[in-house]
Amino acid sequence: MTIEQQSLEQEPSSTKLALSLAFAGLISGIIIISIFEATLPTITANKARELREAVFKVLPNVTSMQKLQFDNGKLRVRTEKGADEDTIYGGYGSQGQFIGYAVEGAGPGFQDTIRVLYGYLPEQRKIVGMEILESRETPGLGDKIFKDMAFVANFDDLSVDPKIKAVKKGTKSAPYEIDSITGATISAKAVVRIINEARVRWEDRLPAPGNEPKLELVSKKAADEGKGDTPPTPAPGN
Amino acid sequence: MAINIKDPSAVQEMMKGLWRDNPVFVQVLGMCPMLAVTNSAINALAMGIATLFVLVGSSALVSAFKNLIPKQVRISLYIVIIATFVTVIDYTLLALVPAIHKELGAFIPLIVANCMILGRQEAFAAKHSVGFAVMDAIGMSAGFVIALFALGSVREILGNGSLFGIDLFGAGFEPWVIMILPPGGFITLGLILLFFNWVTERKARFLEQVVAAEQARG
Repeated sequence: MTIEQQSLEQEPSSTKLALSLAFAGLISGIIIISIFEATLPTITANKARELREAVFKVLPNVTSMQKLQFDNGKLRVRTEKGADEDTIYGGYGSQGQFIGYAVEGAGPGFQDTIRVLYGYLPEQRKIVGMEILESRETPGLGDKIFKDMAFVANFDDLSVDPKIKAVKKGTKSAPYEIDSITGATISAKAVVRIINEARVRWEDRLPAPGNEPKLELVSKKAADEGKGDTPPTPAPGN
Repeated sequence: MAINIKDPSAVQEMMKGLWRDNPVFVQVLGMCPMLAVTNSAINALAMGIATLFVLVGSSALVSAFKNLIPKQVRISLYIVIIATFVTVIDYTLLALVPAIHKELGAFIPLIVANCMILGRQEAFAAKHSVGFAVMDAIGMSAGFVIALFALGSVREILGNGSLFGIDLFGAGFEPWVIMILPPGGFITLGLILLFFNWVTERKARFLEQVVAAEQARG
């Protein structure tokens, strides 16, 4: 018996090899699909809740919200699924009156994409709140863009004209300037850049103040007013 | 294939991962997550637990099917098994603890490529019974958790002045920012390895002395 024959005998057929791999792949696929299906509702709910909480955080005194979509040159209430980058959130007060927009923007930070949500009052042309939805900035440094309350507070009353500018910490003098973070200049500047870009993108898309889309489905905040941090009930249709 | 826990060899299989064959300090495996996610104690712990789940699950499965797995495709099959467990833990963390999942980010999927896990399948699980394989996996991942936690807590305490997010030193403490940046990971790991080798060497020297003394007496 030659060596070649020996090795041929010991080698299982390629069909068997392929089959065992295919079988493992099949089982693995079934498991992955089941875990995906099982966790999907929780994950979607978590994301929606996070976003809703963020909208109520960046727009003070808002009690209900609805998705708005820029479509065919007009901002209207979002009816069906549209592109996410054309969607913003309208915030309304307890009487259903329009208060402001919550706009999402994204862009590269120090390590990975940062997703920012900011509250904007079109009439006063002011940003009234900022929330980081997603970031992988360096813990202890870059993550100060959402952990450093002094930095976040910069965005509570910020003029957008001519445009937001990050300045060295402690040197803020104009209403459109923000104090940067020592040791996290890149992350802080990234946030400013993302907001500026999103604002430019939406500047011409927003209707003139007073012509905002009306609140279609009125939903009351479950908790009493003033308890801004309690999770509001979801607006129907969202 | 039940293993009596009191069986000294099963316990030994587990204990060896904690110190003698510690995957990080002795085998120096799994360095990528080791350095990347240990900038805070909680991240290190979450990463360790995720790895534990994957390693124990895959070891049990590989060991149970070791006679059915053709040798020629065993590595691919190990990877399929490991990847399945990683996906399960990935989605579970995302659903249950989204905040921690966010922090760990890309490193959860990268558990697939943790050489410690594949190494245990090839070196141990494929040759031993399920009971031993599980004990070995528990020991190795416990050793991994200890190492991650040691690094994570040192870096968080020095680099951020806190442990598990709780402030330790008050406002007067100036954090050593470098400790939570990548260089801090290398420095801390180097110092821990230094300490580990020093202890091992001292122990070996001590044993030598004992043997020499015995011989001199005998």
